[in-house]
Amino acid sequence: MTDGAAPVLDVRDLRTVFRTRGGAVHAVNGVSFSLKAGELLGVVGESGSGKSVTMMSLLRLVPSPPAEVTGGAVLFEGRDLLRLPEAELRRLRGGRIGFVFQDPMTSLNPVFTVGYQIMEPLRVHLGLSRRAARDRAAELLSLVGIPDARSRLSDYPHQFSGGMRQRVMIAIALACNPKVLIADEPTTALDVTIQAQILDLMASLREKLGMAVIWITHDLGVIAGIADRVMVMYGGQIVEHGPVEAIFGNPSHPYTRALLTTVPRVRGERPRRLTVIEGQPPLLTAPPDFCTFRDRCSQAYEICDRLNPQRYPVGEGHDAACFLCDPGLAPQSAAPRVAHV
Amino acid sequence: MLTFAIRRLILAVPTLLFIGLVIFLLLELAPGDPMADQPLTIPPEVREQMRQALGLDQPWWVRFSLWLYQIAVVEPQVLIDHLFGTSFAEGKARIISWQTKFPVMDIIVQRLPQTLWVVGMAYLVGVLIAIPIGIISAVRQYSAFDQIGTFVSMVGFSVPTFFTGVLMIVIFSVNLGWFPSIYNTQLRVTDWDSFLQQLRQMAMPVFVLALYNASQISRYMRASMLDNLQQDYVRTARAKGMTERTVVLRHVLRNSMIPVVTVIALGIPSIFGGAIITEQVFKVNGLGQLLIIAINANDLPMVQTLTFMFAVLIVLFNLIADILYGILDPRIRYD
Ligand SMILES: Nc1ncnc2c1ncn2[C@@H]1O[C@H](COP(=O)(O)OP(=O)(O)OP(=O)(O)O)[C@@H](O)[C@H]1O
Ligand SMILES: [Mg+2]
Repeated sequence: MTDGAAPVLDVRDLRTVFRTRGGAVHAVNGVSFSLKAGELLGVVGESGSGKSVTMMSLLRLVPSPPAEVTGGAVLFEGRDLLRLPEAELRRLRGGRIGFVFQDPMTSLNPVFTVGYQIMEPLRVHLGLSRRAARDRAAELLSLVGIPDARSRLSDYPHQFSGGMRQRVMIAIALACNPKVLIADEPTTALDVTIQAQILDLMASLREKLGMAVIWITHDLGVIAGIADRVMVMYGGQIVEHGPVEAIFGNPSHPYTRALLTTVPRVRGERPRRLTVIEGQPPLLTAPPDFCTFRDRCSQAYEICDRLNPQRYPVGEGHDAACFLCDPGLAPQSAAPRVAHV
Repeated sequence: MLTFAIRRLILAVPTLLFIGLVIFLLLELAPGDPMADQPLTIPPEVREQMRQALGLDQPWWVRFSLWLYQIAVVEPQVLIDHLFGTSFAEGKARIISWQTKFPVMDIIVQRLPQTLWVVGMAYLVGVLIAIPIGIISAVRQYSAFDQIGTFVSMVGFSVPTFFTGVLMIVIFSVNLGWFPSIYNTQLRVTDWDSFLQQLRQMAMPVFVLALYNASQISRYMRASMLDNLQQDYVRTARAKGMTERTVVLRHVLRNSMIPVVTVIALGIPSIFGGAIITEQVFKVNGLGQLLIIAINANDLPMVQTLTFMFAVLIVLFNLIADILYGILDPRIRYD
């Protein structure tokens, strides 16, 4: 899309730890990626792979305690969000960067009207008058496909269905025309028609405003249709990343390959949780010094127990964190790879 | 909401009737004779006449019905007469205290201001300090402030008021002489000096009771705030770029107040129950003290009426708590 442009968001070696009573949980272990203006980056990975925690860490929205962002940098418009004073970060949250949370049922405040909750960022960030904010809120609600939008502004969240609440969340995130939209499973509660409508809305906003989108989902079908690039997460790390055609056409990490076999065959079928791969995702009590996928990998080597693979380039803008892709280790790994294919 | 309130009020009638009856029967069964403190020299036939004068020769259900009629019809009429200068209650017998031979309600009205001043003020002060303490303790959970708050409220809640009250008297009245140890009911506030004097004599009982009330309510407030601070909508508010102040004092507080307001409303009848013990300790002659004296003197009409009025207040404030709940929480619909 906008190839070669400077990234709007540049994340480097992000690390987040939960210090719980049962010990530390290393949820994000050195995540690096960048996002260009107008681009849509899809994020996939099974439950517990650290997708939500990674994205919340970007804006320091992880609950602390117990969570702590222990390292890395998040560069947005030339500033590191992890080191920004609270007041300046606040100006970006909901203003330049919109966030749609995963759970629409509990993410809205039950005692305020939907209209009030959409108007809040408009008044704070754009300084709109009550009247102007109300007009804009009604416009946003109808934009996300809620009929009779103006009169529904004075309803409370409990008067909305799950899918409608999800759309309210999207409306809130889009309120101030953000540069970056982070959407955590934003369409799970929506039926296919509404989902298509939201996806169209995204496409037009990206084109009109150059809004970049990070789209977390379990629905690989949607990702294949809308993403420019895809990031596959596992064990709080990016295990494979590349242009959407490369990920689907030439998956290079064993985990990605396993994921792709779980795509629903029938179009429109509800995406299943990506847990059909044998075994459990790891619970990391220390930063991993081994490949986190080794226990579930059919091609694991002795080296996978000793070292955590770096991300090796496998094509144009395409990389995978697997020793199978390490050109230096190619001789040893040649045999099983051939055997597998 | 209105239909709900009316329906609840109508439902309250049989409840209160039943409560009134139970109180009456319990008092009936209790040992004790209203003649007990009359001199033994009174001859039996005079004694019998006195009993008749009190209506004690009637069967219990006649006496109960009379009392019921008086409290439900005559006393409200007296009140209306008093307020509007009418004369509905003229010539009708009122509920008379056996001990003082005065109308029970007149005595209650006399005693009410003391209780409201001291116990009511203590409740108000308690609530006003409990809410900010609860908020700060929750927002800074496990901070020094929270730890001290937890300790103080544990002490305030578990040490009985007759102990803290006496301790205060010993320290501040006896040793330091800052505050009077006995509440002077005759004091009329007419100027600045008498106002200060009133403040000084209220200070200790109010403090003791406020400490007790605040301990309890601040705990509720803290727990409710902590509960809400963990909700997902808090994260949404932060992600919208709201200041921490807005997040805590608007988003979280609005939700946290719902159960706390209910607890506060339900606690109000206990004001009128007049902190019985504290009133005794500081010699405040309010309703609590009145009840104790009436019980000791076997003054059944007084005990019956006072107890029944507490029951009315409890039923009433239960209803008010429910209505407040419905107003504060849009998810609750009563119709
Ligand atoms: N409050 C918490 N306390 C302790 N650990 C947590 C907490 N929140 C998340 N984690 C851990 O962080 C890891 C990543 O969780 P995260 O929510 O990011 O997963 P996810 O990829 O978004 O999964 P899903 O697809 O189910 O949303 C998990 O191992 C989880 O156990
Ligand atoms: Mg998630």
